[in-house]
Amino acid sequence: MSAAVRAAWRIGAAAALRGRAGRPLSQAAGDGGEAEGGGGGGGSGSREAVERLVREHPVVVFMKGSPAQPLCGFSNAVVQILRLHGVEDYRAHDVLQDPDLRQGIKNYSNWPTIPQVYLNGEFVGGCDILLQMHQNGDLVEELKKLGIRSALLDAEKDQEKK
Amino acid sequence: MEPPTAEELRERLRERLQAEHVEVQDSPQLCPGSFRVLVVSGTFRGLKTLQRHRLDNEALKEELGRIHALEQRTLTPEQWEAERGSSA
Repeated sequence: MSAAVRAAWRIGAAAALRGRAGRPLSQAAGDGGEAEGGGGGGGSGSREAVERLVREHPVVVFMKGSPAQPLCGFSNAVVQILRLHGVEDYRAHDVLQDPDLRQGIKNYSNWPTIPQVYLNGEFVGGCDILLQMHQNGDLVEELKKLGIRSALLDAEKDQEKK
Repeated sequence: MEPPTAEELRERLRERLQAEHVEVQDSPQLCPGSFRVLVVSGTFRGLKTLQRHRLDNEALKEELGRIHALEQRTLTPEQWEAERGSSA
């Protein structure tokens, strides 16, 4: 990401954490208009809640269904690409289980579709961007920065040894 | 709500991004109401992929509510020429 985008992201995130975001997003009209649960600090779709989720792990995916059972072709593509790189340990959130989260994650990234991939807390894109990154080698590099060694590197090494 | 037609998306992208070339394909085999687009525009110069996709999303703001999914390829005119040149 460019320095300008990074800076804008940090400012936005910092402002949200200071509570300038106002009412929790879960109380805004979202998919299906599900009633938000009780409890403090806003619902599961609030900026704070989403922020916690994207920072939970170096690799976080918001998808339809689960890695074991994706419920949409695009979400499945993300799971398969990660699997190709040997990334099986990541956080996946099924937005179909949580309408507040489904709307909240779209508001957070200002991105209209699911799946959404976050690396080190930063929004990277959807399945088409992840596929492009996989094809042009960027994904191997980004995983390396997270301390994750892509399985494809080992596959190449095996090829060379033979 | 009716999903937009491929033609509507094509026109919208062409106007809003001054695109010199736009291709829109329905991809019902993946999920109904999904579209695959290729946009070639000078406005993409100097922008990273995510920023380019955001421009497309902005251009299709009204339509996106009626679309299930959008796959995008975003190229500058130079990238488009290079691609066409190499496959010819």
